[in-house]
Formats: sequence, C-alpha cells, structure tokens
Amino acid sequence: MADLSVNVAGISAPNPFWLASGPLTNTAYQVMKAFDEGWGGAVWKTVGEPVINVSSRLASIDYGNRRMMGLNNVELISDRPIEDNLREIAEVKRRFPEHAVVVSLMLPSIPEMWKDMMHRVEDTGADGVELNFGCPHGMNERGMGSVIGQVPEYTEQITAYAKADSRLPVIVKLTPNVTDIRNPGRAAVQGGADALSLINTINSVMGVDLDTWLPRPQIDGRGSHGGYCGPAVKPIGLYMVSALANDRKVKVPLVGIGGIESWQDAVEYLLLGAQAVQVCTAAMHYGFRIIRSMTEGLNDYLNAKGVARVEDIVGRSANKVGDWNDLRLSYSYKVVAKIHEDKCIGCNLCYVACDDGGHQCIDKGPEMKSPVVREEDCVGCNLCALVCPVPGCIEMQEHDLGIVETWRQRQDRLTSLS
Amino acid sequence: MIPTHLGFEEVMAPMSWQEARDEALRCYYCYDAPCMSHCPTGINVPEFIRHIAEGHLQGAARVIFDDNILGSTCARICPTEVLCEGACVRTKDSRAVSIGRLQRVATDYAMNQGFPVLPAKSVKVHANVGIVGSGPAALAAAAELRRYGCEVMIYEAREQAGGLDTYGIVEFREPLAVSQWEVQQVQALGVQFHYGINVGRDVSWEEVKSRHDVLIIAVGLGPVPALGIPGEELRGVYNALELIALTKMGDYEAIDLGSRVVVIGAGNTAVDAATCAKRLGATEVTILYRRGEEAMPAYAYEYEFAKHEGVNYKWWTVVTAILGDNRVKGVHCKQSALAPSDVPGRSLRHQPLVIKENSDFEMPCDSVIIATGQSRFSSPWLALGIQQENHVPTVNPLTFETSVSRVYAIGDCLAPQEATVVSAVQQGKQAAQDIVKRYAKEGNV
Repeated sequence: MADLSVNVAGISAPNPFWLASGPLTNTAYQVMKAFDEGWGGAVWKTVGEPVINVSSRLASIDYGNRRMMGLNNVELISDRPIEDNLREIAEVKRRFPEHAVVVSLMLPSIPEMWKDMMHRVEDTGADGVELNFGCPHGMNERGMGSVIGQVPEYTEQITAYAKADSRLPVIVKLTPNVTDIRNPGRAAVQGGADALSLINTINSVMGVDLDTWLPRPQIDGRGSHGGYCGPAVKPIGLYMVSALANDRKVKVPLVGIGGIESWQDAVEYLLLGAQAVQVCTAAMHYGFRIIRSMTEGLNDYLNAKGVARVEDIVGRSANKVGDWNDLRLSYSYKVVAKIHEDKCIGCNLCYVACDDGGHQCIDKGPEMKSPVVREEDCVGCNLCALVCPVPGCIEMQEHDLGIVETWRQRQDRLTSLS
Repeated sequence: MIPTHLGFEEVMAPMSWQEARDEALRCYYCYDAPCMSHCPTGINVPEFIRHIAEGHLQGAARVIFDDNILGSTCARICPTEVLCEGACVRTKDSRAVSIGRLQRVATDYAMNQGFPVLPAKSVKVHANVGIVGSGPAALAAAAELRRYGCEVMIYEAREQAGGLDTYGIVEFREPLAVSQWEVQQVQALGVQFHYGINVGRDVSWEEVKSRHDVLIIAVGLGPVPALGIPGEELRGVYNALELIALTKMGDYEAIDLGSRVVVIGAGNTAVDAATCAKRLGATEVTILYRRGEEAMPAYAYEYEFAKHEGVNYKWWTVVTAILGDNRVKGVHCKQSALAPSDVPGRSLRHQPLVIKENSDFEMPCDSVIIATGQSRFSSPWLALGIQQENHVPTVNPLTFETSVSRVYAIGDCLAPQEATVVSAVQQGKQAAQDIVKRYAKEGNV
C-alpha cells in the first residue's frame, strides 16, 4: 500500500482527494456520506450571509456521447443560516477527526466581520478556511468573489483580514478569470495565504436554446453568465497550477481543481505541483462513489511506479513546463510522423487533416496500402496522430539533429556575433 | 389462409433515435470512405451519417436520395454485409457501423415528415424518354432524367409500379407501403405512369420506340420456368414469386399451403418463400436443393435467417415428380451427387451432377413452392433487332445502350444470378446520365 495521506499547510487528510466547495458540500449529511465513501477531505460550501437563489441554476454541454463534459452554474453561496452551517461543520469534524474539513468563506470587505467569522470557524474545530475569491457570478456584483480575485490589491488586503487574528490555515481560492494567474497568486501569498487552490469556475455562457432562442440555463426568460467547470476545463487548471508551481514568489502549497474525474487527472495535477486536489463536477455527475476507483487507481499507480508516498510525485513535472523560448528549435530537433501500414484501417482522416489543416505532407493513392508521410515535408505538428483512431498506428518518430539550440540561445548567439 | 404463426411486420425493428445517434457517432467520418465506393450507387455514407449524428435527419435523407432515389428500399434489402458495411473500416477495430439501419432511420424520417428537396441539377436537358417497366432500374432512370428536365413516360403492364420492390419482396423485409411511397416520390418529380399496358401485346415495340427520342427497356425477368416434371399442374403447387406477390397484395385467401411445405431451390427467393410459408401457418417447411450447402446461392445471412425461423434444408435432393390426384400429397425425389469428373473453371454451382441409382424416396407434403429462378424475356430484343446472347441483350457496360442507337436496357433483364436493387438503381442512373450527356451536347450545338 502506498501512503496516500497528505498535509497541505497543516491540514492533513488520509488521501489527496477532497470535495470542492459546491452544491455537494452543502450539508453535514452530504459531507459525512462522502467521508464514508472514502473522500479524504471536503471544503464546505461557501458560508456567508445567506443568499436567495434563482431557478434554474445549472446547464451543461454534451460532446458526442459524453454527457456533461462542461457544466455551468449560476448558484450562489450557501443559502442556509451561518449558525446551521457552523453547527453541522462542528458535528462532522467531531465524527471525522482524521478528515480534512475546510470552510469556504465569502464576506464583505470589513475587517471586523472577518475577525469574527474566523473565530467562529475556529470554534467548530475545522482544519482551515478557504477564501472564495473566485465565484464569477452574482457575488462579484455585490463586491465579493471574483471581483476580489481579479484585483491583486484586494486579494492581498482581504487575505490579510482573514489572517489577522487567527491561527487557522488559510487557503486562497483563485479565479481563472484573469490575464495572468501569477499576479493574484503572489498577492495572496503577500497577504499571508498559507496555500492557494485553483481554479474556480470560468465565466461562460453555456448555450442558447435553438427553438426558444433563450440562453441556457434560462430563468424565466433570461440568462446570465455563469461559472464553467467539468472535464472541459482541466487543461486550463493544469496550466495555471504549473504557472504558480514554477513561480519563485509563490512558495506555498497548491491545491489543484478543475475537471478532475479520474485518478489519472489527479496525478497530472499532482505532477504539475498540486499537493492535493478538489473534485466537484465529477462527483455531482456520478455521485461520491467515484472516490473508490480514484483512490485504488492512485494507489496501484504509485505501487507500479515504485513510489511510496503520494507526496513524492508532487511537482515532478512542473519544471518541464516553461517558456516557449526554452524549447529546442526544429532545425535541431523534430518529430516526423510515420504511418504504420499494418495498423492502418484506411479511414484517411490523417490524409484529409494534413491536407486541409496541416502542411500537405501526406500522400495517398489507389496503389498504396495506407497513406504515406513525405518525411522531408513533415513539420511534426502531430495533427495526423491526433486524428488517427487507431492506437499506435501513427508514430511520431524523433529526429535529433545533434545541435541543441532554443530561441533564447539562438538570440544570445546572434547577439554575440554582432 | 390467415397468417397465424408469425406476423408479417418487418423483421428488422427500426432504430430508436438514441440508438441511431449512438451508432452514428461510431462512424469515423472517413475521407474517401470505402463504404461509399462499395455502394453501387455511391451514396455519400459518411456525410449522411454525420447529419444523423448532428440530429439533422432531413439532411441525411437528402444525401441518400440524391444518389439513390430508392434509398428506403435499399435501406431494408441491400446486402449491406457484402457492400457498404463489409467495407467499413470499423470492421477492423470493432464492428461495422450499421449503415443500412441508419439509412433506414433517415429515409423513414423522410417518409413520415416529407421528401427532402433535392439539389437542382446543373444542366437542363430536353429529351423525351419512354421507359418500359417500372421496377427499381426504371424508377432510378426516370427520377434522374426528370431531375435534368427530360420528359419521361413509363409503361407498366401491371396495376402498380415498383416491379420487384412492389411485388417480389416479402412484406416482412419491405412493406408494400415503402415501395408505393418511393413510386409516389418519382411521380412527384413529374414522371408519367401508364398502367396496364403490355408492350409487345397491347402496343408494338416499334410503335413505343417511335414515340420517344430514347427508349429504355427495363422489363426484368419472366415467370419461374416449369420444372418439366409430372404433377406441376396440381393444386398446391406455387411459384415463389406468385406466392410472394399474393402476400404483398394481402390476398391471403388465395393461398392454401397446408401444414407441410416443400420449397424447391435454395436461393434468396427460396428463403423468402420458405419464411413466408412459416408465417402463413405451415408447421414444417423444407428446402430441397439438388446441390450441397456450399453451392447454395443464398447469402449467408439469408441462410441463417431461414434456419433461425426453423426452415429445414435437405441437400443433394432432386425432385422428379410431384405426387397427388387433385391436390399435392408429396414429392418423389432422388439423391444427386457431383459427377466424378469436374469441369475446370466452373464454380461449384455449375459443376455437372449425377443422379444416384436406387436413391428414390418420397416426401409427403401439402404444397410445393418452386423457387428455381426466373425465365428471360426475348421478345423486346427480337422485335427491335437488338443484339443478344441467350436472351440477354448486349449493352455497353458503361452506358447500357444496346446495339440499337438510343435504345437502352437496364435492370434484371441483363442480370446474372445475383442482381440487387442497388445495382439496378445504378444502371438506371448510368443510362440516364448517358442520355443527359448526349442531349445536353446536342442542345448546345
């Protein structure tokens, strides 16, 4: 058995899979059921002054046969009285002392309110708080949520309010609705954040009903932008986590969020620098039971890799992601597509993709058993291999030309020549 | 006799919308797809399947009917296993996409919601074309010619158009209504139909030829030839095509098969007749074939279907007489075998046979269905002086023009053993396109 336990800025949990703050962490019933199923932690649905919601609140997009590859919501923070939430949090923590219970908070920018709330949360026995600086709808129009996360000064300031008079670990949850995630990340750290979690949902309009011409979801004939999440957003989350993992000014633990629904997704986040992950859409889609395959899969993966503790893989791939300037240029290194005739089933998707969307370097003819790549013209874009439906049929073969030169090195060389 | 045993509803259930979408999404949308080149009419299969995947059934139907005006029939009776689906690339990594059933989803939609507007043809052609016969080849030629603006008149000897599709395909494979709907669509394109005119008897071939710029002969095949054995005139002897036609027209009262039925011949029509007999209440249906299983002309899936429906097969059996006084009581048979020496180059189906000595036996039965192929018409070719061989007119294989200028022959009258509706449709299109090319050119001069 690999050791799956984690400790994020003092918040420990039996495994790195936590439920993200959302409709699925709204009550003690839900969180305790999730812990019974095997989740390592949960971030309680954002507590604050109770809100009034609208109906409907969710919309999703399907792709092919895949339901809900992207989900969007216009639901606000908890609509339950703060007292009820805090009482239930305390109950959960009493019953599950080993599990991570983190309380998501959203409050107006008033230091006293933060001070008071931090104390009340401490009294519940919760392990930490997560500041919701990311919600892109509804709350931001009231001066909270992503409005804070989008302005580094506000982020720093409010983080400081939360940290001012409390020993509880503070995680700042960042919004992806910014041009450079490093700015709010650095600001949060500056304000005293003990950890960062990301990403929150992305601003989106989910769709339009072609019959009624109403946006989805529609609330009595109108719609609004909402927060986008689900499998479709994973690449954005991965990028932002790697960007902060590689930032020298951010030396706090990271928690990865966004499109995680399998152990493989989680491993990718861990490798890019997350110490734990949070899951929401997948558990809303399939229920808490998905944790079983996630923990088992992660355990077997670590065993197969000969890794004893999950924390040993954290960040192992992060330094492989960097600036384009540091990539080897194609005159020194490139890949060339090779189509394996014996595996080709003759769909010709590689041919048409290359011809229309690539560099016109695949030939096909009636006398050929399969399309053939003209190596000298192939730029190694991968498109053919990406569209090929047969695993292993199109191989991208490495051509190392010996020289090692990146754009940065090339510019340096040319400068030194002049 | 009223059908009791099995219903005459279609054997193949239609796909639900969910099934159709799932299946459509299995299509790789190949470029230069092999399914297209293996469809004799060249239906743009990936295109119509993509329309289905996108939920646009009217578009899917348009793609199909643009290439094949009998797309509804073909969706039901094409031997897809040996055509489009046999060529599907997914046979190599999974299983073929169910192209035939998807085609039916699209064409059924068109039947319920209305025939799609087909794209206009680029040239308009003025020619007056007469077509004798109204089977699949004739309908395809007529539709194609109309779409180019030609005047088209069809002469049909029977009461309804559609030929084989209307009279010869068992109801549980293709309901009569489907064939009738397709005829209506051709009619809606402006083709004129004249029923009850038997060319050669009611009006001479020369006369019909002289009325039109071009004559297309699509008369199909003749009746099942007599076996030339005693007892063929007995009550209870049916030819397979007549039997099927009676069921298609709902004329069940005219059929009296009894409970034990013998079918002579082992082709696809024999399977149709045998499974029809099962539906008509026969309890024991046996197909007798003078050769072995390997030489049987039926498609493999037809054979499986017959066995699945409980039809018995008896190989190496030659019927030498039908027994009975007034009505059939049984058949007298002998056993056959391949002749000791084979004829090089001939298929198993054409190797000489010998009758085994002292192998006589009798099989009691209540009726006999003869399904041993159809005879060929020779009168049109003789009347118009068209070159022919064994009653098959010689045609240009690309244009289907006969030795007589501006006279074309298409469909089963040309056919070797395995004729399909889809290839008849293609012949009709090719002949029409040749006519269009000829008249478009002349019009430009």
